[in-house]
Amino acid sequence: MSEQEGRTKGAIELAGPLTREKVAGLRAGDAVSLSGTIYTARDAAHKRICEALDRGEEPPFPLEGAVIYYAGPAPAKPGRPIGPVGPTSSYRMDPFAPRLLDLGLRAMIGKGLRGRGVVDAIVRNGACYLGAVGGAAALIARSVVSAEVVAYEDLGTEAVRRLEVRDMPLVVVIDPTGTNLYETGPAAWREAHGIG
Amino acid sequence: MREVDASQVTQAVRDLCIQANCALPPDVPCALRQARDAEDGPAARAALDAILDNVRVAAEDDAPLCQDTGMACVLVEIGQDVHVRGDLRAAVDEGVRQGYTDGCLRKSMVADPLRRVNTNDNTPAFVTFDVRPGDALRIVVAPKGGGSENMGAVRMLVPAQGRQGVVDFVVDTVRKAGPNPCPPVVVGVAVGGNLDAAPTLARRALMRELGSHNPDPYYAQLEDELLERINQLGIGAQGFGGATTALAVNVEAMPTHIACLPVAVCLNCHVARHAEAVL
Repeated sequence: MSEQEGRTKGAIELAGPLTREKVAGLRAGDAVSLSGTIYTARDAAHKRICEALDRGEEPPFPLEGAVIYYAGPAPAKPGRPIGPVGPTSSYRMDPFAPRLLDLGLRAMIGKGLRGRGVVDAIVRNGACYLGAVGGAAALIARSVVSAEVVAYEDLGTEAVRRLEVRDMPLVVVIDPTGTNLYETGPAAWREAHGIG
Repeated sequence: MREVDASQVTQAVRDLCIQANCALPPDVPCALRQARDAEDGPAARAALDAILDNVRVAAEDDAPLCQDTGMACVLVEIGQDVHVRGDLRAAVDEGVRQGYTDGCLRKSMVADPLRRVNTNDNTPAFVTFDVRPGDALRIVVAPKGGGSENMGAVRMLVPAQGRQGVVDFVVDTVRKAGPNPCPPVVVGVAVGGNLDAAPTLARRALMRELGSHNPDPYYAQLEDELLERINQLGIGAQGFGGATTALAVNVEAMPTHIACLPVAVCLNCHVARHAEAVL
């Protein structure tokens, strides 16, 4: 019951960049309101970032304390910083995520399942996986104050963008202890309804 | 024979691409509101609130609901008494090109599956042509996001597996997909046909109104059973745990071979988009 109340209470305010300490108390199911700098990167950008690391080059943004948002926005209309920008499915970045987490990445924002290797890397590094509401892209865009392409412009929507966000509404899906809302949430609902 | 100019097709497809991406058919927000009011999973209820807020914001901003404005799936039902002046397929692609450019929609198509270079105009469209009696030309544009598309499945069951085999496969497909296809989902199911006809029909099932039933009571009952079984999974909105994993299950059936029992499942996210025009 207390867990359910926790979810409906006011969101936890979080400001990037994120230290291990800032995210240590987050628990799966907590509502979070995120402000500060985040970077968009999805399939093609992750491939390039890891190829750059393979060559001994610096990544296109500092990974220590970083927040990566798995997203590729729609084009901005005139006068807007960005177009609709909701999360993409995170599992496609699973081959790359543990390496980035080990280099200091503190939070990933996306939607959908993560593999065992990612959960282990989250726990190992005191990081977290935050869920944005998939498909709520026009709403989420209102949290974006500014956006700028910082790498791989040729990738179009898949380029790396630095976003300044204010009060971006998120939910903790996998917390630093490895607890996973995608497991606990449905299990709690089935239990409450007597479904085995 | 009635004549339609290819430029009319282009204009219609252009407008439908923008319309489908920025506003849902009215049955979808209606089903979402019902799901929200019935939801007792706290995080799922908050997600449904956000999903409904998003419908309002997209309308206010005249913006696409989702950044993934999809691959352009286009159904063209062409009456056999209509003659299109010009290149019909090229006219559809030109409509997609104009719609995705003029409407600030995302370009999500790569020209080659392995070399992966974006075509930068969201072409080509996936066009299904269907010849009908009469002189009408009906066009449906149903943009489909990649996240839900990747969770679709087709399985060649054997006849002995029967109805139970179909139920188990459909429920298992939704269970395995979990939060990935952006639930609450719409589940399009096709039973019968062959390896390529079944998925085509399953996609078409997604174009049916939510809450409608297959006219055959046998399949209407199967739809009800599947919806109940899927919602007992407790996946809920966004996979956060809740009562509504699927808004609807639409089942279509077609004849098949004596050795075959194909089943296809095409999952749609809650942004269950489609728009149509008749020329």
